[in-house]
Amino acid sequence: MSIENESQENWQPKIVGICCRWCTYAGADLAGISRMNYPTTVRVIRVPCSGRVNPQFIIRALQQGADGVFVSGCHPGDCHYSSGNYHARRRLQVLKKLLEFVGLEPERFQFYWISGSEGAKFAETMKKIDEQIKKLGPNKKLKRSNVFKQGDRPA
Amino acid sequence: MQRIGVFICWCGSNIGGVVDVPAVAREAAKFHGVVYSAEYKYMCSEPGQEMIVSAIKEHRLTGVVVASCSPTLHEITFRKNIARAGLNPYMLEMANIREQCSWVHQHEPEKATQKAIELVRRAVAKAGKLEPLFESAIPVTKRALIIGGGIAGIQAALDIADAGNEVIIVEREPTIGGKMVLLDKTFPTLDCSACISTPKMVSAAQHPNIKIYTYAEVEEVKGYIGNFSVVVKQKARSVNSKCTGCGICWAKCPTKNIPNEFDLGMSMRKAIYVPFPQAVPNRPVIDRERCRQFVKGKCGVCQKFCPTGAIDYEQGDEFVTENVGAILAATGYDLIDWTKIYGEYGYGKYPDVVTGLHFERMVNASGPTGGKILRPSDGEQPKTVVFVKCVGSRDEAKGREYCSRACCMYTAKHAHQVLEKIPGSQVVIFYIDVRCAGKAYEEFYLKTLHEGAIYTRGRVSKIYPEGNHLIVKGADTLLGRPVEVVADMVVLATAMIPSAGSADVARTVGFTVDKDGFFQEAHPKLRPVETNTGGVFLAGACQGPKDIPDTVAQASGAAAKIIGLLSHSEIAGEPTIARVNEAICSGCLACQGICPYRAIEPKEIVERLPGKQVTRVVASVNSGLCQGCGACTVACRPGALNLKGFTNEQLLSEVDALCQ
Ligand SMILES: Cc1cc2nc3c(=O)[nH]c(=O)nc-3n(C[C@H](O)[C@H](O)[C@H](O)COP(=O)(O)OP(=O)(O)OC[C@H]3O[C@@H](n4cnc5c(N)ncnc54)[C@H](O)[C@@H]3O)c2cc1C
Ligand code: SF4
Ligand code: SF4
Repeated sequence: MSIENESQENWQPKIVGICCRWCTYAGADLAGISRMNYPTTVRVIRVPCSGRVNPQFIIRALQQGADGVFVSGCHPGDCHYSSGNYHARRRLQVLKKLLEFVGLEPERFQFYWISGSEGAKFAETMKKIDEQIKKLGPNKKLKRSNVFKQGDRPA
Repeated sequence: MQRIGVFICWCGSNIGGVVDVPAVAREAAKFHGVVYSAEYKYMCSEPGQEMIVSAIKEHRLTGVVVASCSPTLHEITFRKNIARAGLNPYMLEMANIREQCSWVHQHEPEKATQKAIELVRRAVAKAGKLEPLFESAIPVTKRALIIGGGIAGIQAALDIADAGNEVIIVEREPTIGGKMVLLDKTFPTLDCSACISTPKMVSAAQHPNIKIYTYAEVEEVKGYIGNFSVVVKQKARSVNSKCTGCGICWAKCPTKNIPNEFDLGMSMRKAIYVPFPQAVPNRPVIDRERCRQFVKGKCGVCQKFCPTGAIDYEQGDEFVTENVGAILAATGYDLIDWTKIYGEYGYGKYPDVVTGLHFERMVNASGPTGGKILRPSDGEQPKTVVFVKCVGSRDEAKGREYCSRACCMYTAKHAHQVLEKIPGSQVVIFYIDVRCAGKAYEEFYLKTLHEGAIYTRGRVSKIYPEGNHLIVKGADTLLGRPVEVVADMVVLATAMIPSAGSADVARTVGFTVDKDGFFQEAHPKLRPVETNTGGVFLAGACQGPKDIPDTVAQASGAAAKIIGLLSHSEIAGEPTIARVNEAICSGCLACQGICPYRAIEPKEIVERLPGKQVTRVVASVNSGLCQGCGACTVACRPGALNLKGFTNEQLLSEVDALCQ
């Protein structure tokens, strides 16, 4: 079933978040503990540190059909491992530029700083990214099934 | 082939009230690799855990997925639980369907159920790629090293030693004590500094568990938490342990007029000297740059007179290796060298412009003036004393951005001392703000104010001599007009900065410093006495400007952490650490520079190729140092590094599962 066949009303974006366990994952938990609401379109993968995030994970998510991807870690200066989020910032900035260069809408891949105490910020951010991605519609550019359709399946 | 069991928790109505738990369990049973799927009211309860144990046995499960609350809450509970059934505890993956599902989507039960199914699919995908992990047992050497013997180092040493552990103090100066022994009285109680610090110095020296190296430095540190090997450089003192501290040598030494550092050059010492009478150890040291025996090759007076034969001109630097399990950095502070940056205050040219520490020595009864406040230029008693606060602090242009915290209080103390000791004297204090946060601090300041100290809000723009006086020009920013004070003496409250050489200490031991060069704590709020390096702690003014109460509190805090560490004979090493696939590692060591814990070292391996053997370098991860952040894995171009428990394969399978 290709995305084109789904009706616009039924379409729900898939948003994959990769979150550091010390800050943002804890912030997401706090949003739950505080019974805040945000769209169900967001699913989180837990990593030890945003510095662990390989750009490959993001590309893979976009290829596999994620409509939006975000990485979120501790605020600059607060990294549990002192410098992981700085590495992440540099690497993911390059990736973001690259993705934009190949034509991806900037909103499809985002990077945030959300601490363990910022449950409200997590919920707000999720609402925002959900809205942004809904406005953009499904991700067709990088999705592998679409790319393959155009006949350039790698050998 | 993995045989995965999935266990979905209702958490009463917390999950079950929103998510259709039985439907999730039914869907989960269809996922690849799942051989058993069940649900229960409270998975973490006794019967819930029993259910998992018997299912593992009955269905020969190789991996377990528990879908319930956040792993932060119960991951450890379930790990222990599956271990009871004989499974490796790391063969568990959790799906967070409470905090990140039912609790945030209460009003959308259908969508929440769908999301829960997908979260379980993610967990199952990861579970399919899990591998058993093993904690390494790291032995702990029950000894601690303390670098710096100021009040921070001494307090921590006593606490750690009293708990039954051996402690080694390495102090750079010929005596322990740090800055506190220089001080006269201490705010806010005005008790005598020496009376409370020297007994502590003596207790440390006499403690059976404490070994003190003075006139020594840490040369090299190797190893990791529980297992450090430290090389201590004992500088040649030229006086050996036969010395009884009788004092004949320095009485007889023919040199004179060498400024005594301990009195900041306001008194003189000999070439063989103890910094001050209560020094610990009470053993002199020969200043080889000033000693005639060393400079001119002849003298030998001290050796001749020493009744115990303790003088040893031949003594060289010694290097001693000490093995310890924990390290405490307590190297304290220095004062900023204002004479290099404040031209408007005369660059140190005017003898009657002094720092707060000079003033401390002056009011100290055992100091160079016997406790009298006298102008350095002519030895007269000053009538008008001006204090200038924030010299080098809160001054981004010339000094440091931060507040040095202790100066507001010690300036109030100094003002009180002037008014008390010099009848009819006048005190003018230039300040930007008066910051007296602390128990009984504000009251102390107000008392000084009531005693007659004139607080003038504004910076001093110029100090210059005129006849016998100093003209202090500044502004009163509250009244909005310039002020000029004719002073007899000016005391500058200069900024506290990290002690000289502290960057080398950080580099040698292997931890980070902050933007101002102070030692970086692991977390500014929650881990204030630890560094980011396992087994390395910090206390006192080396972490940031602070007064004695805060220093001592932090020292005892760090000591408690160290005692906790040393109370184990073995600690469990995290199993989720980086590993190197040596076959594809190219030896570029790009990873080495990324690792914040210096956990990656080059290692030589021998490889057998057809007909020959080759030696090549690959990266190797020190399991004691690696904290498992995974930053290195991304830096590795050939992809030789992976993080156990969060491998590329595991994470990619999670991504795939969520995008299905
Ligand atoms: C003028 C003035 C007045 C003050 N008055 C008060 C007061 O009244 N009340 C109050 O509470 N606080 C006061 N303070 C603050 C007080 O001095 C500090 O809080 C306290 O001394 C900090 O102790 P510490 O052990 O951290 O550092 P320090 O006292 O600086 O001790 C550090 C020790 O480490 C040693 N060291 C440094 N580097 C190395 C190295 N590389 N290897 C080995 N050893 C090393 C040093 O030689 C020193 O012995 C005052 C400060 C000043 C400047
Ligand atoms: S592990 Fe990777 S980054 Fe490190 S030396 Fe080997 S190839 Fe280079
Ligand atoms: S995982 Fe982190 S701590 Fe461990 S070796 Fe890699 S960079 Fe260093």
